[in-house]
Amino acid sequence: MKISPSKLISLLFFIFSGYYLYTAYQIQVFAFDENAPFNAKTFPIYLGFAGLVFSALYIILPEANPTNVDLKVLDYKKTIGLVILMILYGLTILRAGYFLSTSIFLVASYIILGERKWIWIFILSFPFVAIFMYLLHGLLNIYLRDPFLKYIGIMG
Amino acid sequence: MIEGILIGLQTALSFKNLMMVMIGCFSGTIIGMLPGLGPMTAIALMIPITYGFDPSTGLILMAGVYYGAVFGGSTSSILINAPGVPGTVATSFDGYPMAQQGKAGKALAIAAYSSFAGGTISAIFLLIAAPSLSLVSLSFRSPDYFGLMILGLTAVAAFSSKGNFLKAMMMVVLGLMLASVGQDTLSDIPRFTFDNMNLSDGISFVLVVMATFAMSEALTIIFKANDPTKAAKQISLSQLGSIKLDKDETKKMVTTIPRSSVLGFIIGVLPGAGATIASFLAYGMERNFVNDEEKQKFGKGSVNGIAAPETANNAACSGSFVPLLTLGIPGSGTTAVMLGALLGFGIQPGPRLYQTNPEIFWSVIMSMYIGMVVLLILNLPLIPYIARVLATPRTFLIPLILFFSLTGVYLMSFNNFDIYMMIGIAVVATILRLYDFPMPPLILAFVLGGLMEENLRRSLLISDGSWSFMWDRPLTIVIMLTIIFIVGWQIYKSFFKKT
Repeated sequence: MKISPSKLISLLFFIFSGYYLYTAYQIQVFAFDENAPFNAKTFPIYLGFAGLVFSALYIILPEANPTNVDLKVLDYKKTIGLVILMILYGLTILRAGYFLSTSIFLVASYIILGERKWIWIFILSFPFVAIFMYLLHGLLNIYLRDPFLKYIGIMG
Repeated sequence: MIEGILIGLQTALSFKNLMMVMIGCFSGTIIGMLPGLGPMTAIALMIPITYGFDPSTGLILMAGVYYGAVFGGSTSSILINAPGVPGTVATSFDGYPMAQQGKAGKALAIAAYSSFAGGTISAIFLLIAAPSLSLVSLSFRSPDYFGLMILGLTAVAAFSSKGNFLKAMMMVVLGLMLASVGQDTLSDIPRFTFDNMNLSDGISFVLVVMATFAMSEALTIIFKANDPTKAAKQISLSQLGSIKLDKDETKKMVTTIPRSSVLGFIIGVLPGAGATIASFLAYGMERNFVNDEEKQKFGKGSVNGIAAPETANNAACSGSFVPLLTLGIPGSGTTAVMLGALLGFGIQPGPRLYQTNPEIFWSVIMSMYIGMVVLLILNLPLIPYIARVLATPRTFLIPLILFFSLTGVYLMSFNNFDIYMMIGIAVVATILRLYDFPMPPLILAFVLGGLMEENLRRSLLISDGSWSFMWDRPLTIVIMLTIIFIVGWQIYKSFFKKT
């Protein structure tokens, strides 16, 4: 039996709703609130049931307009590359600081997507981030922690 | 009312706010022109910037971006048949054929004049209707609000579902589930936080919007880059032609604009409808109104075919501010984003907004007039230059979109947990979008989640736990029956009727 991707997603949503509902029942409410008409877990419980109902309906009922996606033409390499790059950006931003990590993130993203115009790659990374940072830090007074710029003495 | 208008005019005409309208319209036009980036993404990108401003200025900036993005969407529709905004899809039906005939300048001029007229006429409607609607809405009680919110959610789900209503409803539930993370507003009891301190305040609205729109849009563009059906068409700006309209063309527009404005405004006021539906309906209505000779021109470069959807989508934009400002219920996904931003400013839109914060209420309405003038000035002489943004290679564009999204979220919390969560949500959203699970219902549900729970809580407490509040009052019954009709019809359409 072949299951369509949309039905598979609905099945995952059904399982997720079941888990959500189970977690909603585990919410600890105050003793005096236990039998109140509405407490902290009432709404989540309704949502859990709604999720189960809608996903079950989608799984059971026939699909009139199924979505067909040709998985062979999708560009996994570049997309996964960008996602990994963003995770690395999250890992480095607090340690290396905003300027360095953002600039390197931009350079690496341009390269992953196939850009090879090095002058533009440079202009739209280090100087671009510097100007943006000046706008935030210098003009709008939004403090951006940056150990690297602090180390080289540009930021206080 | 006159006093309020004067306050609004004074606020809107201050140098800072005038600048914001101009910046908003300009940046909105550019973002709206980029295929895939609609007003919702444009506003989402603006939210972190608005945090530094007072609420009026922030809202004026976002409103400017909104009109600008809708306006800008018509440019890419006409020039490369790639609507930047769903609301301008109907414009491409006749705009693109006209551009192919070497009359791109004329098509852009028709779009600019129609948008201006539609926006201005509907702004006048808004000026007249908003206060009366807000007075009527004072009679709304918690059950009515709860019903209206469900109506808004089901309506958005119905319109954005592309024939798959249950997919949209799953997104509504997912949005509400995401909104339920964090401490309960009344009892402060933590829910779904899994003892993680980063989740105790709930998930940030900006994070969800950026992840589901800007970031997932960027990832989707890369993901589908090799898809031949989605291949970007190269833009040719060498032949824009004249932007002057002759007598006959002007005459056609004069008859089209008033009826499309009225229709657009009414559709915009309805929760969930918005600019896309308005433009399609106006296009269809116009086709029925014109004579047989003109009817033959539809789809081949008809003046009426461009004027009608362009007038209606701008009129709907103004119309969608009515439920937002007077009831606190967004009329579209875009205004849902704006509602979230307003709540972030600590302002609760609703019937009392124009009494408690008249400067916000009226300045937004007044800024619409100014915005329309700015847009006309922008679109006519600057279009050939602005349109060159369309030629920005995606190898630069996509990383810059990701950069703005990541920075926007990082600036709010300065921790990397939010960045990881954003990436996670964006990846899930990208997969969901691939299989036509719509994102606007998720955003609307996420924004309305807290308010919905609050109104349900009040309704149930008042009725002592009984669900009879749903049929106690005639108004509530009407709302509930409408919801039942929408849900029933959509389920029937989704599963038993081929579209």
